[in-house]
Amino acid sequence: MEEVIAIAIGVLAASGVWLILRPRTFQVVMGLCLLSYGVNLFIFSMGSLFIGKEPIIKEGVPQDLLNYTDPLPQALVLTAIVISFAMTALFLVVLLASRGLTGTDHVDGREPKE
Amino acid sequence: MSWMPHLIAAPIILPLFTAALMMLLGEKHRSLKAQINIISSLLGLAIACYLMWWVQDQGQAGSIGVYLPGNWQVPFGIVLVVDRLSALMLVLTGIVGVCALLFAMARWDRAGASFHALFQIQLMGLYGAFLTADLFNLFVFFEVLLAASYGLMLHGSGKARVSAGLHYIAINLLASSLFLIGAAMIYGVTGTLNMADLALKIPLVPEADRGLLHAGAAILATAFLAKAGMWPLNFWLVPAYSSASAPVAALFAIMTKVGFYTLLRLWTLMFSGQAGASAHFGGQWLIYGGLATIAVAAVCILAAQRLERMASLSILISAGILLAAIGFGQSGLIAAALFYLVSSTLALSALFLLAELIERSRSANEIPLEYDADPLPAAVEALHPPKGINLDDEQKAVVGQVIPWTMAFLGLSFIACALLIIGMPPLSGFIGKLNLIAALFNPQGLGVATEQTPSASAWVYLALLILSGLASLIALARVGMQRFWTPHERPSPLLRLNECVPIMVLLGLCVLLAMRAEPLLRYTADTAAMLDDPKQYVMTVLGAQPVPGPTTTSLEGEP
Repeated sequence: MEEVIAIAIGVLAASGVWLILRPRTFQVVMGLCLLSYGVNLFIFSMGSLFIGKEPIIKEGVPQDLLNYTDPLPQALVLTAIVISFAMTALFLVVLLASRGLTGTDHVDGREPKE
Repeated sequence: MSWMPHLIAAPIILPLFTAALMMLLGEKHRSLKAQINIISSLLGLAIACYLMWWVQDQGQAGSIGVYLPGNWQVPFGIVLVVDRLSALMLVLTGIVGVCALLFAMARWDRAGASFHALFQIQLMGLYGAFLTADLFNLFVFFEVLLAASYGLMLHGSGKARVSAGLHYIAINLLASSLFLIGAAMIYGVTGTLNMADLALKIPLVPEADRGLLHAGAAILATAFLAKAGMWPLNFWLVPAYSSASAPVAALFAIMTKVGFYTLLRLWTLMFSGQAGASAHFGGQWLIYGGLATIAVAAVCILAAQRLERMASLSILISAGILLAAIGFGQSGLIAAALFYLVSSTLALSALFLLAELIERSRSANEIPLEYDADPLPAAVEALHPPKGINLDDEQKAVVGQVIPWTMAFLGLSFIACALLIIGMPPLSGFIGKLNLIAALFNPQGLGVATEQTPSASAWVYLALLILSGLASLIALARVGMQRFWTPHERPSPLLRLNECVPIMVLLGLCVLLAMRAEPLLRYTADTAAMLDDPKQYVMTVLGAQPVPGPTTTSLEGEP
């Protein structure tokens, strides 16, 4: 399972970085999205990965780390998802404003000289 | 003093509620919102001053205020902490905020919607980032202040602002991702996000995990360095700051200082002398990065033509000076750097405000906002009067000719700003730089002989301190001659009182700092001494007890 998660994070981050370095604004947005997915998975995996363990205390189950997973990374990831979602939405607005003002979707606001 | 622990949260809660109130007021009632905003900002400044007074008044032992917002035991809940360093930054933020707001009330707050609400949220983020003592909480406050700054950056709209804003947002989103990765790695290794707890845990990290810890810290630091403006992570800064509207740019003068503050705070806590194998990790990088920042920015400032651009590059020079000063890891140097930080932040935000007034007096579209007309400044001949124009054409006696008060005000303020930024006597910029140099070569204080000779990087630092001053002198003198001494007739600009007062306040404070430098120097020396020995900070924060509530005892009785 660790390998699958690690490969997933790596692929997401690599495609994100590649897209961020592209010249079109929409590619940059997609890149930032993918990168934030990768980062979210990364935070999540920092609480160490288990199958069938919950972060919330249940009745009748001994309260030790053998039976539960670390709840903190899950709480952190929730915050990070919300924030990155809001920021991406804001970035989209600026992208549209830039497209409207400059007439091009190039990140520099003007087409490169041939 | 029953108010005290609760007042620590006030600088965050006050702007939050003010911003919420302004949202409720909607698009209308602009002057009412402006009044509420200024009252709230002044109140915030008063609270910050009180916190500073409290921190200093308590003496050495209890001079750290701890507030537990969730009333949880310390390493588990989030913590707000005010110590000397935080209090200093709070007061500085308050001063710059009030001045920028006063300036904005003259003209700029009409340029777009929600200026006042965004301004308050920006203040909330800044205050929060200076107060929090928890790594993830720091991330949240960073996002709050960045979210507000995106809005403020675009305030007034226009092609140049949107283009620069796009880059600004993209780079900050990327830096936030790095922040999260770094914080997660540090949590994975140490199992805590509380800064004081981290300081305790880091010496105990097993050797096998130390590489991971250092990698996490380095990734985290990259995020802060991008915000603090270290070369080569600072290409976004100059276009963004020089195209932002004047009051916003003045407020942004403190934003790079947030990056510097977090680096100083985390580095002195996590990698202090007591951190075992991790002691002073990465200090060399800070020195080299800071030196490179100064060098690059000093070359760039020689080529800059617009005053806003010069102000942005001066921010980079001061960022480089501050970052390198941390890296040397000397208590005296950090004290001097903090004094320099206060003086340079005040001067730079005054320069941003002034730049707009000076450029306004030129015809509006002489140079398009987005690009400098020529890549390099015009040659010296351009400064000579054009042929055929006699400077005193009508043979008017120059003596006795009245200079309009506006030009006199702009000229004198410009000279004061320039002196402060260059670091020439008699203003406080000189005291700041002199102290840096003195502390660099006298690590144990003046008059105490040291065996070790200064390192090569210390000499480079000294040379760059002086050369960057020279570069600023050349650049600012050139722009001053172009703006104030050229013979073209132009109407003297119309200034409103609201626009002059903040500049006078900011520069007046710098004059005061020059005349009464000692209290602040003592304060920064105490601050640096506390940062040098984080034990007291750690013990005070970890020793904070939750307030027993009416239900606490009954809950503890249950299994």
